[in-house]
Amino acid sequence: MSPSDFLTLPFDDWVNSLVRDWLVPNFRPFFRSMQWPVTQVLNGLSAFLNATPMLVFTLALALVAWRTAGKGLALFTIVALSFIDVIGLWPETMTTLAMVVTAVLFCVVLGIPLGVLAARTEVFRAILRPILDIMQTIPSFVYLVPIVMLFGVGVVPGIIATIIFALPPIIRLTDLGIRTVREDLIEAAMAFGATPWQMLVEVQFPLALRTIMAGLNQTLMLALSMVVIAAMIGAGGLGLTVFTGLGRLDVGNATAGGVGIVLLAIILDRISQALGERRMVQVPSLLETMRSLFSLRGQKPAAEAKRAG
Amino acid sequence: MKSKIAGNNIYKIFGEDPSLALDLLAAGKSKDEIYEVTGQAVGVHNVTFRVAEGEIFVVMGLSGSGKSTLVRMINGLIKPSSGEILIDGIDVASCSDEELRTIRREKVAMVFQHFALFPHKTVVENVAFGLKIRGVKAAERRERAQSALEQVGLGARGDSYPDELSGGMQQRVGLARGLASEPEILLMDEPFSALDPLIRSDMQQELLELQRTLKKTIVFITHDLNEALTLGNTIAIMRNGAIVQTGNAEEIVGNPANAYVAAFTRDIDRSLVFKAGSIARPPDTIDLGTDIQSALAHMEETGADAVHVLKGGKLAGIITYKAANAALREGRALKSAVLEEFPSTSPQSRLYDLYLLAEAGLPIALTDDAGELIGVVRPQDVFQQLAVRGASA
Repeated sequence: MSPSDFLTLPFDDWVNSLVRDWLVPNFRPFFRSMQWPVTQVLNGLSAFLNATPMLVFTLALALVAWRTAGKGLALFTIVALSFIDVIGLWPETMTTLAMVVTAVLFCVVLGIPLGVLAARTEVFRAILRPILDIMQTIPSFVYLVPIVMLFGVGVVPGIIATIIFALPPIIRLTDLGIRTVREDLIEAAMAFGATPWQMLVEVQFPLALRTIMAGLNQTLMLALSMVVIAAMIGAGGLGLTVFTGLGRLDVGNATAGGVGIVLLAIILDRISQALGERRMVQVPSLLETMRSLFSLRGQKPAAEAKRAG
Repeated sequence: MKSKIAGNNIYKIFGEDPSLALDLLAAGKSKDEIYEVTGQAVGVHNVTFRVAEGEIFVVMGLSGSGKSTLVRMINGLIKPSSGEILIDGIDVASCSDEELRTIRREKVAMVFQHFALFPHKTVVENVAFGLKIRGVKAAERRERAQSALEQVGLGARGDSYPDELSGGMQQRVGLARGLASEPEILLMDEPFSALDPLIRSDMQQELLELQRTLKKTIVFITHDLNEALTLGNTIAIMRNGAIVQTGNAEEIVGNPANAYVAAFTRDIDRSLVFKAGSIARPPDTIDLGTDIQSALAHMEETGADAVHVLKGGKLAGIITYKAANAALREGRALKSAVLEEFPSTSPQSRLYDLYLLAEAGLPIALTDDAGELIGVVRPQDVFQQLAVRGASA
C-alpha cells in the first residue's frame, strides 16, 4: 500500500511543459540577450590571454604570487605553468582561465551587491536563502538541460552554468561578513552621523573584506570544479580535454587535463587566500623584495644576534 | 543658566509594542511585574533631567540601571518609547533622520567604553572620521584631526593603527575623535571603565584640564561614584531605570536622598568631596592697632583660641590667646605677639588638602584671589565634617 496506488502526479510532464512550452518560446530572446555581456568579457579576456606569450604570462603571474603569497608560491607558479606548457596544454589552460575568471567576475558583480542587500534587509535575506540553498544542493546536471534549451550550446552557456554553481558562497559570505562587523563600530559610525551608504563604504565593507575574500576564494574554487561539467555543453579548455579523454577511455589525456586543472586551482587558491589574509600594513616594495632575495645581507644581523645571545 | 539638553518624562521599553507596558507602568506596576506580564524589559522609567551649557553632567548607576540607554537616547541611537529629549529645543526623539544626522554631525559627538576605534583606519583617519562623514576636504580634515590629536597628547602617533596603542592611548584617540568635529556636546559612555586604575585617574585629570579650556557640555556615564564625584558638576544617580537623586557632589554625599544612595556614599572619602568653603565660619578679625586687653576680651567673648589680625584692612597675621596672654604679662604690645606665618588656602580646596594645614592647630584662613579674608575654618570643624558619615542615613 502506498499513495501511488491512488494517485500519480505527472511532475516531469509539468516541468517539461513549463520549460518547453512556456519558458523557451517566451523568454529565449531575453535569455539570449543576457549572454551578451558574458560573451564580451570572455572574448576580450580570452583574446588577451591567448595573445600573451607563455613566458610573459608566467612571469606576470609569478610576480603576483610573489607579492601576495611569497617566494614559495612564485616558484611553484613558474614550475607548474612550465609543466603545463611542456605537456602541451597551454592554449587549453588559457581558455579555461579565461572562462573561470569571467565566471568569477560576474559572480563578484552579482554576488557582492546581493550579499550587501541580504545583510541589510531581513525580508530580502529570507527570500534569498532558500534560493541559495537550492543553487548549492541541486546537481548541476539538472539545470544543464534547460540552460542548453535557453542559451544554446557553447562556451557562454557553460559559463552561465558555472556562475549559477559558483555564486552562493560569495553572496553568503558577503552577507555574513557585513553582519558580523562589530556592533560598537556600527554604533560609533551612526553616532557620527554616517548615512547608510557611508556606513557601508567606510566601515562595513572594509571590515567585512576578509570574509568576502574568503567567499571569493570559495567561488573561484567552485568555478574551477565546474570546468569539466561545462565542457559537456560545449565549453572548451582543460575541461574538454578531460571530457574527451573520458569518452575515449584515454586515461593519459584525461589525467593531463586533470593535472592542469589542479595546478591552476592551487595557484589561484593560494593567491586569492593570501589576498584575503593580507593585513592592511605596508607591504615591502618590489625593490626591497628583490634585494632580500638576491642578497643574504638582510639575514646577517639576525644570525649574528643569535650567535651573540 | 540655560539648559543645553533637556529630557522630559522619558520611558524606554525594550520590545515590539511598548503600549501595554507603558499602561502598566502608569498603573504603578514594578519592573518585574511588567516583565512577567509582557515579557518586555523597562529600560528607562520616567526620567526628567536638565543639563546646563558647559557643565559636566554625570549619570552614575550600576549595570542595568539604564544609564547607557539614557545616553544613547540623547543622540538618537535609541529612540525613547515616550517622552522628549530636547537639544537646543529640537526634539531628538521625534525629528527626521536627516535632522538627526545633522545633529550628530555638528552638535553631538560620542566616546565609547570600548573605544570603538576603526581597526582598518590609522589613528589620524579615525580622528578625522566625523569630519569625513561631514564632507570636509582631505587636507583640512587631516590638519584638524592632527590638532585634536595634539590636544590629547598623541600628536606623534597619527600614522599608527589603533591596535598598536595601549588602552589609555586608544581612549585618547577616542576622545580626540570626539573633539575633532568640534561638537557642542560630548557624550561619554563609561569612557574610562576599561582602563587601569592609575591610567583612569590620569585621564580624569586630563579631561578636567581639557574641559577648563573647552567648556563643552559633557554627559558622562559611569558606574564608579568616585569618578562621578571627581568629574561631575551635577550628578544624577540612576537605579532600575529611574533617577533617584540629582545634585552636586556635596549634596549627594552630604544629603543622600535615600538608603540606596547612602549605601553608595558610605565608603566615599568625604575629605575629597567637601570643599573648605562648606565648613567655613564668617571671618573673625581684630585690627593691629587694638590694645591687648580688648583683643583678649574679644577672644574670650567668642570662645576662639586665635583670631586673625588686619593691618589697614589687609590680612596681616594671626594672634593666639596664649601668645596674647603672655604678651600682656610681659607688658609687650599686641604687635609682638602676632604670628605673620599662618595657614591659609582657597575656599575651593578640598578638606583633604586641609589636613596638613590643620596640624598647626590654628584656624585656617580662606582667602579669595585678591588675598581678602572671606572665611575661617577651625581645625576641629574639619574632623567633625569627616566624622558625620552616615549620620543622615
